[in-house]
Amino acid sequence: MSQNQNKTKPELLTGAEIAVRLLERQGIRTIAGILGSANLPLYDALSYSKQIHHVLTRHEQGAGFIAQGMARASGQPAVCFATSGPGTTNLLTAIADAKLDSIPVVAITGQVSRNMIGTDAFQEVDTYGMTIPITKHNYLVNSAADLLHILPQAFRIATSGRPGPVLIDIPKDVQLEEVEVTAWPEPGCPDAPPSIDPMLVEAAARMMAEAKRPILYLGGGVIHSGAADVVRQLAEKAGLPTVTTLLALGALPFDHPLWLGMLGMHGAPCANKAMDESDLLIVVGARFDDRATGKLAEFCPQAKVIHIDIDPAELNKLRASHVAIGGDVGAVLQALLPRIEAQARPDWLARIRQLKEDWPLRLPGSEDPCTHYGLVKAVAECLDENAILATDVGQHQMWAAQAYPHRKPRRWLTSGGLGTMGFGLPTALGAALAEPENTVVCFSGDGSLLMNIQELVTAAQENANVKVVLMNNSALGLVHQQQTQFYGARHFASLFSQNPDFVALALACGVRAVNLDSASDPRAALREAIATRGPCLIHCSIDVQELVCPIVPPGAANREMIGV
Amino acid sequence: MKEQSPLRTVLELTVNNHPGVMSHVVGLFSRRAFNLEGILVLPVGDGAISRIWLLVNEDERLPQMIKQVEKLEDVRNVRRHAADHNAFVRLEEFFNTN
Repeated sequence: MSQNQNKTKPELLTGAEIAVRLLERQGIRTIAGILGSANLPLYDALSYSKQIHHVLTRHEQGAGFIAQGMARASGQPAVCFATSGPGTTNLLTAIADAKLDSIPVVAITGQVSRNMIGTDAFQEVDTYGMTIPITKHNYLVNSAADLLHILPQAFRIATSGRPGPVLIDIPKDVQLEEVEVTAWPEPGCPDAPPSIDPMLVEAAARMMAEAKRPILYLGGGVIHSGAADVVRQLAEKAGLPTVTTLLALGALPFDHPLWLGMLGMHGAPCANKAMDESDLLIVVGARFDDRATGKLAEFCPQAKVIHIDIDPAELNKLRASHVAIGGDVGAVLQALLPRIEAQARPDWLARIRQLKEDWPLRLPGSEDPCTHYGLVKAVAECLDENAILATDVGQHQMWAAQAYPHRKPRRWLTSGGLGTMGFGLPTALGAALAEPENTVVCFSGDGSLLMNIQELVTAAQENANVKVVLMNNSALGLVHQQQTQFYGARHFASLFSQNPDFVALALACGVRAVNLDSASDPRAALREAIATRGPCLIHCSIDVQELVCPIVPPGAANREMIGV
Repeated sequence: MKEQSPLRTVLELTVNNHPGVMSHVVGLFSRRAFNLEGILVLPVGDGAISRIWLLVNEDERLPQMIKQVEKLEDVRNVRRHAADHNAFVRLEEFFNTN
């Protein structure tokens, strides 16, 4: 341990001051949160920080997703603050979301003083107990001095191996406790990745050489590992048709000839068809999620499996692999690259071209900017390849996943594992705070947007360059669709009989708004709305009868896609 | 152990000794509806670490459970023993029904 290396003139500091100082030393520049009784000492200490900009949100869940947006866009850990009790329970959804998508977030919560813990004190909840299953690790801090090792450790854990959220619960009296600090610990940084077994890499190379119909199946781990470049080299050298999960969109550019599209429930038919014919899956940083695999027992029935993941618990969890390699996926692929022969695979790639032709992902209405696919395309035309796209959860999310020209990693921020409605706006805001010069677009729906609508005020307050593109069908579209397709069209509780005037609502929050429904030239209105700096809501009505197609019915195999 | 009981396994965990460790360990099992048949914990040496003995039924999910336990930050080491390990054997006198 390199602790106590940075000797300093002894200083008498409170726990809160120590925490803020450690966050500064960690390089943190933005913290989103809300203050309350139990974290007031932390906020008092934060008020003296010249380095850290505090973003006051309107709900703690917004603060959690702002931290996620910063972390997803940058790859660096990000921080949010909340007070005890309801402040913390409001944060839980954002933390659980970070856990399922492996996002490095450090949440720091206030807790009632130690002598009151367990007494049902005002705004007391068992934060530690509640966050065990939704964090990678969590702490209840028992003394101010402990912060000196807990904070760096929290950042180390959040960023090491498979990233994830870490929560630090600090009782108020610990925040106020004074201790003499004589040395500062090194900032927490990721552990070195595990060493890679060269025998397994050799075995994987052999399997790839012998395979006739291999498919490269990329997951979010490729993005986390920063492995997009080596993925591309590997795919090109070994002639590997490539599919990506929802979270890995952008790992290979959408127009790359080897890219087949997204696999799974709403994926490209050619991607699912090719996988069904494949004799070898090279699974990189993906975890056989049920939305990706469909009925697992019938997923890629002919394929052997090479599975590469940094989390050993993912290997052989859902699908037995023939070669399982634990390690940083970028490092494993780097080791693999020189060991594989360049292969042209003319027969398989000809078959892939045929599948792409016969079973393309159809995007009807792409020419009309006021349809679901057309709107995604029209927005894309207003953006460069560095622009960031965030989404909420629902039909708009799938339409954007399908139709947007994904080019680069870390430019597509979406809630995959938890599927959290309300994710989009605050996450986009976080991305805009991380990259203030960039443009961030948030595709949302009227159901999702209302779940964290209050953060429009935060967007105005920060003058963040966030454009919310609202696809309004006055419905919870994706469940409405499932009722249409699988519940005898009994549309119970999925249509909104009452919806706000979103344009007026945005204006009331201090955010510009454009209504494409009434624009004489929707494309021009869209272009101007996106080009003008600052937050803006762009409203477009969408027909509630529009479906996300194709779809693998729940419980069916991927080859049984309907609506192709 | 009674003859009619299902096949069992004994897990030996070495963990950091602090108030949250048991919650972390048992939570992994309980939220997968995986029953712990027996739990035995005592500190080791100066008390900085503890040893947890777990008695579990043989289950196809056990390898995954062990991997998840190994991922816990406060778990230093996990060993899997055969059912005939005697960690729990002489405790039976404290658990008779009379």
